[in-house]
Amino acid sequence: MTDHRSPARPPASPPLSEPTARHTISLTVNGAAVTAEVESRLLLTDFLRHRLRLTGTHVGCEQGACGACTIQLDGRAVRSCLMLAAQADGREIRTIEGLAAPDGELSPVQQAFADQHGLQCGFCTPGFVMSLHALLDRGGTITDDDVEECVDSSYCRCTGYVNIRRAARHATGLISHHGADDSGAGHG
Amino acid sequence: MKPPPFDYAAATSVDHAVSLLNGGRDARVIAGGQSLMPLLNLRLAGPELVVDIGRIPDLGTVTIDPTDGALVIGANVTQAEVAAHPDVAAGWPVLVDAIRLIGHAQIRNRGTICGSLAHNDPLAELPAVAVAFNADVAVISPAGQRTVAATDLFAGPFMTTLAGGDLIVAVRFPAPRAGSTGAIREFATRTGDYATAGVVCRLDLADGAVSGARVVVFGLGSGPIRMNGVEAALVGATAPTIDDGVLAASIAALEPPDDVHASAATRTELAAVLITEAVAEAWERGQ
Repeated sequence: MTDHRSPARPPASPPLSEPTARHTISLTVNGAAVTAEVESRLLLTDFLRHRLRLTGTHVGCEQGACGACTIQLDGRAVRSCLMLAAQADGREIRTIEGLAAPDGELSPVQQAFADQHGLQCGFCTPGFVMSLHALLDRGGTITDDDVEECVDSSYCRCTGYVNIRRAARHATGLISHHGADDSGAGHG
Repeated sequence: MKPPPFDYAAATSVDHAVSLLNGGRDARVIAGGQSLMPLLNLRLAGPELVVDIGRIPDLGTVTIDPTDGALVIGANVTQAEVAAHPDVAAGWPVLVDAIRLIGHAQIRNRGTICGSLAHNDPLAELPAVAVAFNADVAVISPAGQRTVAATDLFAGPFMTTLAGGDLIVAVRFPAPRAGSTGAIREFATRTGDYATAGVVCRLDLADGAVSGARVVVFGLGSGPIRMNGVEAALVGATAPTIDDGVLAASIAALEPPDDVHASAATRTELAAVLITEAVAEAWERGQ
């Protein structure tokens, strides 16, 4: 039988300042300047969702595997569940809410997901879309492998990925809007 | 889950970080956080203090040492930055190949090389690359700076020989030697997953024969493990073949994990295949 006993342990000295400690952070979120006081342990995901009410960034696994919390940090795709809000001080963040035009016109990636039926329940969709935006923002030639890696990097438990891949290939120009698409078969 | 309570301090310099790490509290370093944050979220780690070194400007550079041509990577340099660096691709291609096997782009955009070494996940690629290519790390503590060879750094799963107050500030990969070549092979059930088993191989080739070899497996035990028997058998070889008996004996000495992802027998079989493939690929690259 496993021994679950632990040795006697003294109290932390000095006691933690948490959870009343506050760090002031200033960052840019979807083009707007934001200043807030945050706890040490507050995840960036929860800062965006609970403090800024940007609930489009979804919380899935909280260990960096599922991709639902993907945002752009200084233009690069990152997992917001694997960052502390305190680490985002001075950085520039873009979330799914920052993509559409002020008049509501969808970004080309969002439009491709709508046109190609690239979502069912929609939980994973912000992660796919933010990863694809980062790929487009990177510039340069986008290859089949780039898109595959992007599609690989989030979990979808509804669609089987066929329409997500099709939407991703449309959004990145690998297939034209009216062109034939032979990419659906194979990978699942 | 959410992390347990901890205090957070953003270090402004290496000295500041070392001072925070040696202030008598149970402290952990965070740089990219791609290893520590999952541990905190799963409450497998519960430090009193998290010391953020991400804002220390001196730690963010990739340089080639002008005196000996070594590659020096600061503790804040991300895996993505290293993989995209033209000098690294030219001189240390196996390092780039290894980075591409780590998670997905979103992870590599934050995760650091030094962080992977300090974390020493037994399934991780970079500790094995560091051992295979004779890397060493620069460590700063209150006693000053010292160098620790990768071969002396790894002490077991998620453990290194460093003390809690030590800070890795850079890793250094020696300049590639003429005739030196290498390869990394791993098996993972899905792209971006942890390796079920893997191997890094370095061959030094001279006059059509192997003059030196380093074969390091990962995912098969406590961390990077050198296959000493295979290495010895390769020296002098004029073809990328390993004696079956030598390979079997080396593999038999491993004590791989036996879990839901793969049985120990499967991992052992994979190790034999991957070692054979990696040696062949390294040889091919060296021709």
